[in-house]
Amino acid sequence: MAKIELSFYPGCSSQKGATSSNYLVSAQTMCEELDIQLNEIPDWNCCGASIGYGGGGELPRLALSARNIALSEEHNAGQEIVATCAACWLSTREAKERLHEDEQMFKDANAALSEAGLKYKGESNVRHMVEVLVEDIGFDTIKSKVKKPLEGIKIAGYVGCQTNRPFGIAGESFENPQYLDRIVESVGAESIPTYEKKVQCCGGALAFSEPEKSQEMIKGIIEAAYDNGADMIVTPCPLCQANVEIYQDNINETYGTKFNMPVVYYSTLMSVAFGRNATDAALNGQVIPAKKLEEIANK
Amino acid sequence: MSDLNTAMIEKYRSSFLKEVEANVEEGEWVKMCMQCGVCSGSCPLGKHWDHPPQEIFMMIRANKRDEVLSTDSMWMCTSCYNCIARCPRGLPITHIMHGLAVYSKRLGLTQKKQPTAEFSQIFWDNLMKKGRVNELKLGLSMYFKDGFGQGIKNAMANQKLGQNMMKAKRMNAMEFFGGHSVKDLSGFQKMVKKAQEIEEGNLKDAK
Repeated sequence: MAKIELSFYPGCSSQKGATSSNYLVSAQTMCEELDIQLNEIPDWNCCGASIGYGGGGELPRLALSARNIALSEEHNAGQEIVATCAACWLSTREAKERLHEDEQMFKDANAALSEAGLKYKGESNVRHMVEVLVEDIGFDTIKSKVKKPLEGIKIAGYVGCQTNRPFGIAGESFENPQYLDRIVESVGAESIPTYEKKVQCCGGALAFSEPEKSQEMIKGIIEAAYDNGADMIVTPCPLCQANVEIYQDNINETYGTKFNMPVVYYSTLMSVAFGRNATDAALNGQVIPAKKLEEIANK
Repeated sequence: MSDLNTAMIEKYRSSFLKEVEANVEEGEWVKMCMQCGVCSGSCPLGKHWDHPPQEIFMMIRANKRDEVLSTDSMWMCTSCYNCIARCPRGLPITHIMHGLAVYSKRLGLTQKKQPTAEFSQIFWDNLMKKGRVNELKLGLSMYFKDGFGQGIKNAMANQKLGQNMMKAKRMNAMEFFGGHSVKDLSGFQKMVKKAQEIEEGNLKDAK
């Protein structure tokens, strides 16, 4: 298989000592095994995420993503931009579309960028890592790389919101996307295609500002996973992962539940199934340990 | 009442819809709403909105300016994009809600202590300092937004969560000192300043 080279936008939460640093480690491991080369966009900045709008408004927010795209086009010319974070992908692709549709906004963004000596063209594709997996790599190739099938593990595929809407993955429905279940099956685990909370919102950034309202939704996501007999939840989104994993103590306290459900990334599953060790799969980054994956990784 | 708010009332006296179309992100779509209510029924926090999106669209057309700009409903948007995905008319509802929230804030009409409005500003200010979000400081700013005493209480209440995250190396106390940053910070900040000037200029021209 020919090496795939991508212009990589890792995003703030993936940095060392940040909430999804474990996602970055496992995604890098996964890409090594799939012969995907990630060329980081030099000096990338925050995309504003889905909550920055209230402080930033429209043009300043779009300028953030325009800067990243401009840097990618200058330093990683000809490469598609790929993000692992749902919000990074969404903001970048949204900015590209808005600047494409609105000529004045395009000019204004470039006026702002010229202050940093940059020029925005907006010619690069902006993709999510799962698009690369589904469309470029394919389930069969993923399957062929598996050295240690994740046999006997039942996994609820929690797609969440922003990997799924408004852009989603080509050919998948917004209401019942299947690709995460197919990834789960490709690595030899048991999927739950009828997991009813697969596209339920976790509260996103509001988990911080409206914790009670968000935790009520998170409770539903975890409860449904238990009801379906899941051993763990898998997700492609860093904020989904964090929100669903780290507040389980608080939810248990509020609702008298006894949740202790591991929440991992698709890249965690693939790293383990591809035969890499627990450190490469970033299993040490779990707040709730994924013991069944640890057992396989340590075999 | 802010000067900008007074000026906007003067200018658009008879039509709040026109005011929204001219000044709110994606506001030109509001008139396209056909009142089916799918957005309101699809919103994960729908039950917490005093006025769900469908109602807000109708209120805009019915000139209910004060009611729309002073409700905190729009701040309930989690950016899940369910409404956008399902709207039969293709309205970018998420963005319109964000746009209305920002417009209300710029006019000084957002309720004081609206937690998501506060968090949104804290997040923006945080990322402006270094070009990248400093999660540790973001968390601390949220804990301490209502004063030192409340901050200590919040930090104590979330102590275990913090310890868990540090143990998993997904939170780093050293981020308090400096932390991650873009290299061309001055270029980054100049760029954002320019974008802000352009956007504020557009709003002033509308006055």
